[in-house]
Amino acid sequence: MSLLRVENLSKEFGGVHAVEDLSFGIKASTIHSIIGPNGAGKTTLFNLISGLYTPTSGRILLAEEDVVGLAPYALAARGLSRTFQNLQIFFNMTALENVMVGLHLHVDRRFWPTLLRLGGIARKEELARQRAAELMRFVGLASYLDADASSMPYGALKRLEIARALASKPKILLLDEPAAGLNAAETEAIDGLIRKTAETGVTVVLVEHDMRLVMGVSDQILVLDNGRKLGEGAAAEVRSNPAVIQAYLGAASLGGTDVAR
Amino acid sequence: MTSRLMTPRGGGLLALAILIAATPLILPNAFYFDVAVRAGINAIVCVGLNLLIGYAGQISLGHAGFLGLGAYGSAVLTATYGWPPLLAMTLAAAVVGVLAFAVARPVLRLKGHYLAMATLGLGVIISIVVNNEAAITGGPDGMTVPPLDLAGWTIDSEAVWYWLVGLALWVAVWLALNIIHSPVGRALRSVHGSEVAAEVSGVDTARYKTLVFVISAVLASLAGSLSAHYGGFITPSDVSFFRSIELVTMVVLGGMASTFGAVVGAVILTILPQVLTWFADYEHMIFGLILMLTMIFMPKGLVPSLTVLFRIRLGARGGSAPT
Ligand SMILES: Nc1ncnc2c1ncn2[C@@H]1O[C@H](COP(=O)(O)OP(=O)(O)O)[C@@H](O)[C@H]1O
Ligand SMILES: [Mg+2]
Repeated sequence: MSLLRVENLSKEFGGVHAVEDLSFGIKASTIHSIIGPNGAGKTTLFNLISGLYTPTSGRILLAEEDVVGLAPYALAARGLSRTFQNLQIFFNMTALENVMVGLHLHVDRRFWPTLLRLGGIARKEELARQRAAELMRFVGLASYLDADASSMPYGALKRLEIARALASKPKILLLDEPAAGLNAAETEAIDGLIRKTAETGVTVVLVEHDMRLVMGVSDQILVLDNGRKLGEGAAAEVRSNPAVIQAYLGAASLGGTDVAR
Repeated sequence: MTSRLMTPRGGGLLALAILIAATPLILPNAFYFDVAVRAGINAIVCVGLNLLIGYAGQISLGHAGFLGLGAYGSAVLTATYGWPPLLAMTLAAAVVGVLAFAVARPVLRLKGHYLAMATLGLGVIISIVVNNEAAITGGPDGMTVPPLDLAGWTIDSEAVWYWLVGLALWVAVWLALNIIHSPVGRALRSVHGSEVAAEVSGVDTARYKTLVFVISAVLASLAGSLSAHYGGFITPSDVSFFRSIELVTMVVLGGMASTFGAVVGAVILTILPQVLTWFADYEHMIFGLILMLTMIFMPKGLVPSLTVLFRIRLGARGGSAPT
């Protein structure tokens, strides 16, 4: 049974078929990568799955429930979370507060007790703070606990988004190019973080150009080109798929880094 | 307990209480009490408006409309229909709350300039209605409003008004801080920071924008009612577009996303036109200039900028805890 299933999904932007008649499934507790050249439709696919875009046609099933038309926050409540290729950080907050927003669905947010500061709101805030700090340590941001998000370097912000996404306790986590713009050591750390996250039982869907990272961590890989599926399978299968090699990778050998950039 | 007073929240509330309590000691006469009461009423509006503009990042150029509805609602219900002022205030605030709720979804779907224009339009419509419905509102001539009375006790001295408004302001600040230092407040700030990130984090952004719009409108309405009963006379200028700009300028000058900043901004910009007589002649121009200069040279506003300066002086680091 697939935790996430996409059936005949299409998204058109005024004539541009960003995603076209795409079908695939993602099994629970796996790491599933989606690769493809720039403009292949990977981010659009994430935007469709996370409810930011409405499909032109097709179905998206999360735990066998059709979730097309649900708002992103409703999808978050059903266990779907994500990060962004172009950072979406709350720059008006501290790093810790960014992660605390991720806890939104799991904290007391009733209006009247909040307004009158009743019902142990202050104590619950302290617990939320501790939980957020824990998550920051989990992603390797222990040194940024008190930092303003606006003062943090790019690499740390990438991880901050992951911590925030994890805070919502997702069943399935979509990562859109988490290693883009990172150096080798930072990419290594992201690699470890993805594995650690998957070990906690979270299903990870990874969009990434770094082939070493993708080939190393993925249980399953889906290759997109021009919004369509070009191939799918385990790393070894994808690596030897002639259509994939020809259309997407050209002459470059697989297993190197950054071939798709 | 002492540690709680050292936090920006506890310390700020205590400082505000002391300031409110001590100010009468330096107010030489009734004229200054009058200025202080007006400053306090503006501050109440600004505390609410700051939740909307400063925290949630949603501009409104129409809040004088809500202020005016509170003022005229109270005025008409008490003067024409003989209602007790407290009941009139409450009903006016409830109606304004419902109106704000009704317009919030369509209006707050807009962003940036579009939101500014839509709220401006809302304020203008209310102002036109107040001007044109002369049979009810007295039109451009304005109308007299009976004084506030609490269970038969008529409040007519500036000093008593001072304490009443001081208490109301303190409560408004307390409520605002309660919201800010909670998941609800963080949700509001997340809408400001990144609406898509807020949504995927589980924040129903439309709901929170509506909530803060209603809160700010209700506070404006209550303050409008207070000012009507206090002043005893209202005219459509209390509901004008310029009044909306004045309120926004107070929030921006004091410091967006700073509750105490909103209070400081309101106090400064209420006092200035009263003590500098030449100010009144060029009021519109000067408010515009202050708004412009603040945006250019001190976009964070007075209180946040001074806080940063103070921290640097002390050598303290980090943390943008909302005040
Ligand atoms: N909001 C949008 N409006 C119009 N076209 C879009 C939009 N988002 C994506 N596209 C187009 O859809 C195609 C796929 O883009 P994208 O999903 O960002 O690809 P990828 O993430 O694989 O690089 C591109 O041709 C892009 O220009
Ligand atoms: Mg992309």
